[in-house]
Formats: sequence, structure tokens, C-alpha cells
Amino acid sequence: MIAAFVALLGCQLIGEVLVHLAGLPFPGPVLGMLLLFVFLTFRPEIPRPLRVASYTLLDHLSLLFVPAGTGIMLHFGRIRTEWLPIIAALLVSTILTIMVTAAVFRLLSPGDEKSET
Amino acid sequence: MHAVSDVWVYLSASPLLWLTLTLAAYVAAHSLYVRLRASPLANPVAIAVAILVALLMATHTSYQTFFDGAQFVHFLLGPAVVALAIPLRENIAAVRRALLPMAAALFAGALTAIVSAVAVAWALGADPVTIKSLIPKSVTAPIAMGIAQEIGGVPSLTAALVILTGIIGAMIGSPLLDLMGIKQAAARGFALGTAAHGMGTARSFQESQIAGTFAGIAMGFNGFLTAILVPLLLSVT
Repeated sequence: MIAAFVALLGCQLIGEVLVHLAGLPFPGPVLGMLLLFVFLTFRPEIPRPLRVASYTLLDHLSLLFVPAGTGIMLHFGRIRTEWLPIIAALLVSTILTIMVTAAVFRLLSPGDEKSET
Repeated sequence: MHAVSDVWVYLSASPLLWLTLTLAAYVAAHSLYVRLRASPLANPVAIAVAILVALLMATHTSYQTFFDGAQFVHFLLGPAVVALAIPLRENIAAVRRALLPMAAALFAGALTAIVSAVAVAWALGADPVTIKSLIPKSVTAPIAMGIAQEIGGVPSLTAALVILTGIIGAMIGSPLLDLMGIKQAAARGFALGTAAHGMGTARSFQESQIAGTFAGIAMGFNGFLTAILVPLLLSVT
């Protein structure tokens, strides 16, 4: 379990360092994910502790958004005065984005894969 | 009474109290979510945030004091993103087969997210700073905050809008995709990850591992694409 966390944090650390050195426009953890993925392609199978630790984190991914989400209280003033444009923009845009993305994906998918994978 | 206020003074200066309450609020929200048979409308983040905001306001506690404790949870977002490599590795065959639909859907989705948010907010008379803070709302928070900073939005407002988008996406995503008759797990996850970043991904993992994997990929690449698209679009207009 500890070794698994060293692997996850280690990849994040390397990712952060590379992103800062190269001035890349995305966060270190995303690069860290790609690095871990590349490391894993060289292994016959994923180490069990790493698999367990990773799915434990991913199963509770929602929890990790709670601290940042609570920050909404800092912006109650602006949200109160501009609630209509903000809520309308978020709702309409999120609905359209889901619809367009899913429709384009389905349109270009191989025909026999339309059902549950 | 004196002892109680002494304990309160001690606790409110330590990260222990708000770390515990963050976890407790989530446990309560999650058990409600399970009791309501994982209905997307009982979004655990929305419920936990509502509980915590109510507690903070009732006790006149600042967000900074709260975050001193909650940061330990917040910190785990980094390793959790790295952990997405595991489902990606396990489902790489399915991912490889879907490269073309992914690339096209990502491009269409990223553009739709940006343009429709700006159009609606502008039409309804939102403040320019609010509009700029809205632009990257479908992207994972760290990237979105960076984009907002760069184009003259307010990063912390963007973070709040990103989470609101995530809550909306996680709530309406599954019913909306059902309504459209989209059954393919890969398409469902990819749409949720593109529109609603990590929270769409969290919801997708509740649907299936394949959906979660595609959502994670969409989240990563939409962050990357939006970071490139936004400055480009702004320089054109």
C-alpha cells in the first residue's frame, strides 16, 4: 500500500517538475497519469497493491471535490446578483456539451459496438 | 460553559475539526445517495457542500480556517488523477478502437462547452469578468483556474463554477443520455468527462469501469485542448 502511494505520488512529482521546467499548459498530475500509464505498459500486469490503492481513490473521487466546492461560499455575493446568467449558462452549456459529445461519439463508432461494452 | 468555549477555541485552531467534519459530511451525503438508490439527483458533493457551508456560516468560521483542515482531502486530487492510469491501462484495447470517435467528440464537445457558455451568459447580460471566469467551466479545476488567470477571470470564482458544472453534469448526465438512447458505455463516459471533468468521471465510475475510463481520458484531454483553444478563440474575436 505504501509502495503504491510512492508510485502515485512519485509520478505526480515527476509530472509537476516536468510541467514547470517545460512550461506546459496542463497540470502535473495529468502528465503523471501519462507517465504511470507508460510505465505500466512495460509490465506484464499491474501490481495488486497499486490497483487496490488506485481504485480506492477513484471510488471516492467525489469526496475529493468537497473542499474546493465549499469555496462557493466565497462567491455568494456575485452569484446572488448574477444568478440567472450564471445558472442558465452552466445548465445550457452542460446539457449541450453532453449531447454534442455523445452524439458525435456515437456517429463515428463502429456499428456493432452500439450496445453495452 | 467556560470549558466548552475553551475547547472550541482549541479545536477551531486545529485542522482536526474541519478535516473530520469534511469526511463526516461526505459520509452522511454518501449514505443518503446510497439510500436513494444512487439517484444522480442526490449528488453527494452537492449535499456535503451544503452541509459544510451551513456549518461554517452558523459557526462564523472562515473558508480559510475550514480549508486548513480540508486541504488534506483536497491534496488527494493529484494522486487520484495519476491513478486514472490504472483503468486506462486495463481498458486500453477498447480505448484504441475508439480513437477516431474520441478525437472528433472531444473537439466538438470542447468547442460547444466554451461557445455556448459565453453565448448564454453574454445574452443574459453577465459581467465580462463573470463571462471570462465561466469560459473554462467544463475543465478540471487546476487547468480551469490557470486559464481563467490568463484571460482575466477570477480563478477562485472559476473553481466554484467548475464544481457547479460538475454537480449539474453528474445530476443530469445519466438521465439525459438515457433520454438520447445512448447505451454505449464509452460514449456515455466520454460525454460526461468532457462536459463535467472529474465529477462527471466520478459519476461515470458509478455506472461502469469502462464509462469511468473514457470519462477520465476525456477529462485529461479536454483540459489540454481547452487550454489551447481559449487563447486562440480570444485572439480571433
